Amino acid sequence: MSVAENRVATEQPSFFGYLVEFDNVDSLIHAAEKVRDAGYTNWDAHTPFPVHGMDRAMGIKYTKLPLVILGGGLTGLGGALLMQWWMNAVSYPYIISGKPFWSIPANIPVMFELTVLFSALTTVFGMLAFNKLPQWRHGVFSSARFARATDDRFFISVEATDPKFDAKKTAEFLAGLGGSEVESLED
Amino acid sequence: MSENRDVQLELGRTPLVIGGRDFHAVTEMVSSVVERRKWPIGWYIAFTISAGGLGLLGAMIGWLFYKGVGVWGVNNPVGWGYAIINFVFWVGIGHAGTLISAILYLFRQRWRTSINRFAEAMTIFAVICALVFPGIHVGRPWLAWWLFPLPYAQNMWPNFRSPLLWDVFAVGTYFTVSLLFWYVGLIPDIATIRDRATTKIRRVLYGFFALGWRGSHRHWHRYEVAYMILAALATPLVLSVHSVVSFDFATSQLPGWHTTIFPPYFVAGAIFSGFAMVLTLMIPCRTIFGMQDLVTMRHLENMCRILLATGMMVGYAYSIEFFIAWYGGNPYKRFAFINRAFGPYAWGYWTMVSCNVLSPQIFWFRWARRNIVVMFIISIFVNIGMWFERFVIVVSSLSRDFLPAAWAYYRPTWVDIATFVGSFGLFMTLFLLFIRFLPMMAMAEIKGVMPEAHPHHGPDPAERRGTDLGGATLQPAGALGRGREQ
Repeated sequence: MSVAENRVATEQPSFFGYLVEFDNVDSLIHAAEKVRDAGYTNWDAHTPFPVHGMDRAMGIKYTKLPLVILGGGLTGLGGALLMQWWMNAVSYPYIISGKPFWSIPANIPVMFELTVLFSALTTVFGMLAFNKLPQWRHGVFSSARFARATDDRFFISVEATDPKFDAKKTAEFLAGLGGSEVESLED
Repeated sequence: MSENRDVQLELGRTPLVIGGRDFHAVTEMVSSVVERRKWPIGWYIAFTISAGGLGLLGAMIGWLFYKGVGVWGVNNPVGWGYAIINFVFWVGIGHAGTLISAILYLFRQRWRTSINRFAEAMTIFAVICALVFPGIHVGRPWLAWWLFPLPYAQNMWPNFRSPLLWDVFAVGTYFTVSLLFWYVGLIPDIATIRDRATTKIRRVLYGFFALGWRGSHRHWHRYEVAYMILAALATPLVLSVHSVVSFDFATSQLPGWHTTIFPPYFVAGAIFSGFAMVLTLMIPCRTIFGMQDLVTMRHLENMCRILLATGMMVGYAYSIEFFIAWYGGNPYKRFAFINRAFGPYAWGYWTMVSCNVLSPQIFWFRWARRNIVVMFIISIFVNIGMWFERFVIVVSSLSRDFLPAAWAYYRPTWVDIATFVGSFGLFMTLFLLFIRFLPMMAMAEIKGVMPEAHPHHGPDPAERRGTDLGGATLQPAGALGRGREQ
């Protein structure tokens, strides 16, 4: 293979996987159950809104996100307590109205606010990180029909990297799910 | 549509989306507003006026910085004039957004879906307006960093026993969390606009902010968990923010401020004024952009009910204050309240009572709750009344405290008034830009409450009975009632 040919080969889009379209929630759920039962792992459903019952139909495990958020919240709580203790009781103690240099009750509002602040930041950025977003480039966007995944259509995509993936058998399997014609995706 | 009717019979209510709309119609209705090539002349007129107001605000702030706080009407003893009144007024308005987004979400009040985006945007803009005032109120913007916990003078740290410092944390957290909540809700809808974009610049810009959202259900799962947790965090937050604002007053020694009822009283008032502002903005937008099928009479009626309820809570707080002033036996406090109702600021007090307590009583009548003209007028009254509430609390208490020798009458100057008017310019400018460039209703959420969005709404009832969806999702009423619980 010459250098020129090699370059052409790498510039050509690579095969990403298959896409199949459904026009209602019921057929999507039935299809998702079949894909799940067939043992695929590297596949996804794409819907304009979260569909009730899809987590079960796809076999999605509950996310670990809440645990991470708990960590974020505790960091905020502890950080707020340490900050107030350091600033007002250690670094520069104030004598105000004969009150103790440091007392928890006066610190509660700021502790509460920073707990909420850190938890919320962890929630949003944790959710994005677990979802690997932002990811502006993705194989499913190579389909022209896919624009309707954010409008009124439902899709299932199976990626070529799935261990069970077989160009021919997977295409036949997807064609039998009751959706549209199976479309090849490129990346 | 038969399923739709069943659900309707079951709940005895109008559906949340009417007019036989399907998913695509919802997308079309909401996105087409953003995608218009030509905007109605009314938008340009409104924008010009608002931008003029913003310019006025800028000019007044410039004048303040140039001359100093002497251009305001503040005097001794009324050292807290329009700046704090406007701050509390705007923060209060900012409460409905998070209430609608978070509290109604947790209580599964699914009628919120058509109005939450709108209210969240309003929250953010109102909090921006509010933040202007503490930033400028000492007339020395180069010292604004003193707000933050930094060792600003001779290595001294700020005093964490001061509610004013708590306020910085409360309002700062509130702004950040509201912004995050708003943006998280927007991501799927920005993706919709991206996928409909016809020009490159739109595709790139909306594409950037959509973060590559592809409607993946693995993403939706975490998204929903995150959204619910955000709602659960924002709920106590929204209650804390106005409580902390009320501490600014309640922890002082001044008769008329030193009251334990302030936190709940302020929170109720904030929700009241916020809902009024949502109605004030929603009623014209809904008519102009033809969204009557998404923001239905049922939505407006529910908001009127909340106005009625919170209006009475506020009225209860007003009367309890008087009761405690008498029952508590403190002569200074007793005087403060007699002075409030019959002293030199009695006009302000009775304006407040008429607007906040009397005017919403009309919502006992169903015809009034379903008449948009009545609603609009009452919502304006409530906005006025709630501004006067803060005026009365701040000014009437300060102007006559313990020693008659120290009394003085407070009058705002033209700069005070123009700054306040200008803050509406800032608010409306941001708001008009929002409805111009971002989807003003949460399309993905609206689609999720339509009957077609539920797995039991299949074309073939016999087939769906045979499906194992995990049992619980099969009953229409249960599924509708519990909504997005995954």
